Amino acid sequence: MSTQVDITLTVNGERVSRRVEARRHLVDFLRLDLGLMGTHTGCEHGVCGACTVRVDGRIVRGCLVLAASLDGASVETIEGLSDTGEIRDLQEAFVARNACQCGYCTPGMLITAADLLRARPQPTRAEIREHLSGNYCRCTGYHAIVDAVEATARRRNGKAGP
Amino acid sequence: MKAPPFAYVRAASLADALARWREAGPEARLLAGGQTLLASLAFRLSEPATLIDISRVAELSGIAEAGEAIRIGALTTHAELGASELVRSRLPLIAEAVPLVAHPAVRNRGTIGGSLAFADPAAELPACCVALEATIVAVGAAGERRIPAADFFTGLYTTALAEHELIAAVEVPAARAGERTAILEVARRSGDYAMAGLAARARLEDGRLAEPRLVFFGVGQAPVLARGAMAALAGQAPGRVAIEAAQAALAGDLDPPADLHGGPELKRHLAGVLLARAVRRLGGAEEARAA
Repeated sequence: MSTQVDITLTVNGERVSRRVEARRHLVDFLRLDLGLMGTHTGCEHGVCGACTVRVDGRIVRGCLVLAASLDGASVETIEGLSDTGEIRDLQEAFVARNACQCGYCTPGMLITAADLLRARPQPTRAEIREHLSGNYCRCTGYHAIVDAVEATARRRNGKAGP
Repeated sequence: MKAPPFAYVRAASLADALARWREAGPEARLLAGGQTLLASLAFRLSEPATLIDISRVAELSGIAEAGEAIRIGALTTHAELGASELVRSRLPLIAEAVPLVAHPAVRNRGTIGGSLAFADPAAELPACCVALEATIVAVGAAGERRIPAADFFTGLYTTALAEHELIAAVEVPAARAGERTAILEVARRSGDYAMAGLAARARLEDGRLAEPRLVFFGVGQAPVLARGAMAALAGQAPGRVAIEAAQAALAGDLDPPADLHGGPELKRHLAGVLLARAVRRLGGAEEARAA
């Protein structure tokens, strides 16, 4: 048994092989080992949601996943979701409504909101708030964030933004 | 907030997990979803020499009918519980509990086995298992052992699991005809651990509560079966008189410790409020579901 683990996984569509410390969590792996700084380190104990990324298509807390456990997994970060254009409309809505403010929570908010819109294309404001309830915004810009998610859902459903 | 160094090994099967665990000694910990363990390592609340990753052990997965019960593999995530048609139709209390457990990103990895083994006194699923009289299926070197949920939670973060014994599954009796259940809690933020919560179950016979079962969480060292309040509700119509009698009896059932949320009197008050809401739900009222 070793404190070093060899892993091969896919990050934003690219195959990556690294030797990692067993205790390395996914956020540090992305930021320090791969230089992907879009995923933010917040509380590092699963409360704030700033480090939300996708693993095998599902959103997770990056700080509560060991990189060592991800051999064979597919990871998507805000860089990947930005490059593919998957969430461009959501990002534009965040900008238009000043839902970013300091920007620290924004990558996690975007990935969590995108997750909701995939599962429920026409969420109510209550559903948006509930789905984002695990993501802290310490600028407390929640209204603008909910507005941006709601506007994106409406636009995707062919309606003008509210 | 970095975890201390540890060795990591991935188990390929249940037998492999048990063998590696014995080899690594009692200071090793099992890693399933990691949603509690990795946070506690970040706080350095424990410093295990080795983590044994059981998350790919196929024998611990899956949800299936098992006679009158539903057998839920220990590695079943909260998200999988929430998406299961079997859980929705046969275990409505569990289905109702899932959205109360943490947040979507945590529910995608956190497992029922992890929740039961960690035994947080404020967690929903331990209380549900006691309310539904579930059976914990534990596995160790000596084979399988079946432990009633009411005997499983022995204290603060403490269970009846022996050294080198893990949870393989939990078998939860399916809801019977006429059975009603409800889970209610008060939390500061949706998805946070409850300041106080209640998992309740009863049958309604001729407008009266039969075999009521009330299990409180977040108000004791472990899930608390409120025997006095249950006795006060048995055979009664689910109305104001029965609620007041049960609330009075609750004083003898609960001995809540103070915690970050407040003192014992706050917890007692919240428990009484939840009891009233739950009894109305058991009686058929749909109000207060989200309150």
